[in-house]
Amino acid sequence: MIKINSLTKRFGDHVAVDNLSFEVKPGEVLGFLGPNGAGKSTTMKMLTGFLTPDAGSASICGFDIRSQILQAQRQMGYLPEGAPCYGDMRVKGFLEFIAEVRGLRGADKQRHVARAVEQVELQGVLGQSIDTLSKGFKRRVGLAQAILHDPQVLILDEPTDGLDPNQKHQVRQLIQQLASGSNKIVVISTHILEEVSAVCSRAVVIAHGRLLADGTPDELEARSKYHQAVTVLLQQPVDSQPLLALPGVLGVETERDGHQLTVLAEPGAVIFPAVGEYARQQQWQVKELSVERGRLDEVFRRLTAEEAA
Amino acid sequence: MKSLGVIFKRELGSYFATPLAYIFIVIFLVLSAVFTFYLGGFYEGGQADLIPFFNFHPWLYLFLVPAVAMRLWAEERKSGTIELLMTLPVSRADMVLGKFLAAWVFVGIALVLTFPIIITVNYLGSPDNGAIFTGYLGSWLLAGGYLAIGSCMSALTKNQVIAFILSVVACFVFIVSGFPLVLDLFSGWAPQWLLDAIASLSFLIRFDAISKGVLDLRDLLYFISLMAVWLLATAIVIDLKKAD
Repeated sequence: MIKINSLTKRFGDHVAVDNLSFEVKPGEVLGFLGPNGAGKSTTMKMLTGFLTPDAGSASICGFDIRSQILQAQRQMGYLPEGAPCYGDMRVKGFLEFIAEVRGLRGADKQRHVARAVEQVELQGVLGQSIDTLSKGFKRRVGLAQAILHDPQVLILDEPTDGLDPNQKHQVRQLIQQLASGSNKIVVISTHILEEVSAVCSRAVVIAHGRLLADGTPDELEARSKYHQAVTVLLQQPVDSQPLLALPGVLGVETERDGHQLTVLAEPGAVIFPAVGEYARQQQWQVKELSVERGRLDEVFRRLTAEEAA
Repeated sequence: MKSLGVIFKRELGSYFATPLAYIFIVIFLVLSAVFTFYLGGFYEGGQADLIPFFNFHPWLYLFLVPAVAMRLWAEERKSGTIELLMTLPVSRADMVLGKFLAAWVFVGIALVLTFPIIITVNYLGSPDNGAIFTGYLGSWLLAGGYLAIGSCMSALTKNQVIAFILSVVACFVFIVSGFPLVLDLFSGWAPQWLLDAIASLSFLIRFDAISKGVLDLRDLLYFISLMAVWLLATAIVIDLKKAD
């Protein structure tokens, strides 16, 4: 359980995190969303004890991050942004060092290191010094150190940033694998929205250090103006004006020289049957007809732009 | 305190993971030999003691020890590993002490490797080996003082060169604080007790006594409290500046 209560951090005059409050329950994979500079990393740094909050409080599994930071840190695994590791160490030596700092010794240590190595597939590079590894492998070493002690709370700051699509996929799979069926908490900060739909059970959007939205990815998508919109792909452009008369239709957007119509629905309305029916009546040559779930990136832009305005 | 050993082990290992350790040891051994035999006139003095050897240590350390200390924190800051280290369940004291002790033991290893000079002086005459041991202890304490200062300077910046220069200057101030160069600045106006206090901070005066084989408890306390104060300052600086 993570409880964040009115957390605030200032850097000079700049308020990086502004009175932020929310909770994360066991079993949740929380996507922490926001544009660059929104305060995501700062919040994570406060939770993990690297920065001290200027006001407010937070607790990790019941341990206050001010007064019981060492106990809180024992419950957490943390991948800082960019996954910094001791470059002159070998992968195995580094992971053993982390295990020892985590209080693991002897066979226990070997077992934990072996499990983490297996989970992120580092078997081939154990003897290499970290400096010589590719970016993807370095990130995996960072992940391995974070999950090494099987923590209750896993905090990952931009875990897929700068990785290639295959590596991103691997990291996401790993996160899903870690979270599935356990009572653990995973918090991922990102500005990549597909990631949220892919792995998160809940999303929190912040900008300028303030909470803007909090819900499941589906709920966020439902806030999109494209939620329940119908996209029609046509052979030939048609007159789309009559569509506006259909019940529940809010508007029509035309793209690709009239070859693609996006019919927007009023909030809560389901217009797919009506639009389909109308297209059939008019004998439009329809290539494709589909319902949109909503566009997260549009919700995200609207939320964060409103905040900036 | 459980993590102190783990931090210590990693740090000491990291010296030997790069060429730094070997370069330092070789340069230290070569320079101490050059200083002892050429500048110190070890043979010409005709004395069976190691005073010419120890006499140059404050000056030798002035450049070599900050080179060891500069990476202690500046490197962590530069590479971002400070965030990793400080979010592990390790107390601030364990971090600061673990790193410092690793550097101190490393310099100690270099110092121990000068043992051929003990063999030499014992071969040539019959020196007071107790005094030589005290001299070595004093030299190691002196290095510890320099390292503690260097540790604090390294915590101030992410640039190792700046850390090095700041440490050299700070150590130099501590060397010369018993000299007229510094005391004259104060002698016109400052009360005598302040002059005495400043003069008593000098590395040279303290080290001089120990290197001749006179181990006064006050000198021992001086070096230990000097290290404690600078390490405390290191911890404070890290807390204040960790996120910069």
